[in-house]
Amino acid sequence: MIVGVLSRPRLLRHIVLKRDEARDRWVILAPERVLVPDETAAEIVGMADGVATVAAIVDRLAEKYQAPREVIAADVLAMLQDLADQGYLVEGEEAA
Amino acid sequence: MNRLAPALELPLAAMGEMTHRCPLQCPYCSNPVELQKAGGELTTGEWKRVLDELAGLGVLQFHFSGGEPLARKDIVELVAHASDAGLYTNLITSAVMLDEGKMAALAEAGLNHVQISIQGAEAESADRIAGMKGAHAKKIEAARLVRDVGIPLTVNAVMHRQNLDQLAAVIDLAVTLDAARLEVAHVQYYGWALKNRAALIPTPRQLDAATALVDEARQRLKGRLVIDYVIPDYYAELPKKCMGGWGSSFFILSPSGKVLPCHAAETITGLAFDSVRDHRLEWIWRESPALNLYRGTGWMAEPCRSCEFREIDLGGCRCQAFALAGDAGATDPACGRSPRHRDIFSLAVTEASEDRRSLVYRTFAGGA
Repeated sequence: MIVGVLSRPRLLRHIVLKRDEARDRWVILAPERVLVPDETAAEIVGMADGVATVAAIVDRLAEKYQAPREVIAADVLAMLQDLADQGYLVEGEEAA
Repeated sequence: MNRLAPALELPLAAMGEMTHRCPLQCPYCSNPVELQKAGGELTTGEWKRVLDELAGLGVLQFHFSGGEPLARKDIVELVAHASDAGLYTNLITSAVMLDEGKMAALAEAGLNHVQISIQGAEAESADRIAGMKGAHAKKIEAARLVRDVGIPLTVNAVMHRQNLDQLAAVIDLAVTLDAARLEVAHVQYYGWALKNRAALIPTPRQLDAATALVDEARQRLKGRLVIDYVIPDYYAELPKKCMGGWGSSFFILSPSGKVLPCHAAETITGLAFDSVRDHRLEWIWRESPALNLYRGTGWMAEPCRSCEFREIDLGGCRCQAFALAGDAGATDPACGRSPRHRDIFSLAVTEASEDRRSLVYRTFAGGA
């Protein structure tokens, strides 16, 4: 999948974002793989619920961090595309 | 703990040999030659306590393996328990006992991933290797059940001289079955496989052809199928970093609850592995003398001790060193710097060229 600003990405059902309490960090669990996203990446993946568009995610982050929208958008798109290329993201449904 | 050992990490993943019972009799089974009988297996309650301890210890992924894990009547209950404890769950199965009802129940229990082993791409020869008529057809059907409930699938193809010429068809089959991953796993020669080495070791020419085929398929199937590939140690120049290092980030629980650094560790005679029946897992991970014995690099002798690769491969495989050099602390003969490396290479070439075919099947009698 190609992630664009109008995409509504979400993790595949069997890819799991969770808090790794023992090591005090976030992890994304996939078959035979453990990814370790930083706090911001974990926040983005947490917002990617298949309903919110990438544009909406970028808006929320721009407001929260008081940072330029273009900079945030580039980061978010690159990070989500990377997950999509590994086969961990799918396009969600449009909100009812 | 020896002073050259790195700081002990928490284990990331663990595998449970839930039982040694299995309807198949593959002659390269990774289970020990002396199989655990059903009466000695951990009970449902014991497994639940262990699964809770695993999650508490920082284990993130748990692999339900065997024998055949579906041979346990409580497997769905245990998968559900692991899932509720927050573990990412993988079922490693021969799949011949997997039907639609069981698959639905496992998906409902929260199973995250399934790995199905195949013995080749052609039913007749695959069934001969598995020692079970009709096994291959059942596996194909079971793989469809896995994908029908939307669970990602890995196909594990165990390859050797008697099926390596089917590799192209094996790769095509993995694509047809909609697997996300294919493990092209050359047999490694411990335990049962060591008994059958003369019947299974590939020729160097077969191995080169297989390696070229995998390289080509990886390019062609990029984005569709990930292929993991491990060559047999006998033809390697450098040893593999076995299990990521002895007791480094992973362990195996035997059916009776012994904590092992790898499948084959019990082939090293004289080591006593601690059991979850006697100690808490956290104690075993940190303190078990058998786990600490080959951690890090402090145990090494020459030529490993001064080798610039010692942190890269951590000395390779201790079980192989024991099997081939008679000393688990010796340099892994898979390494080109081992004095035995040339011998095992020529042994492999000779055995492959003699081309014996008869197999010693895995049985509870110990293959005697």
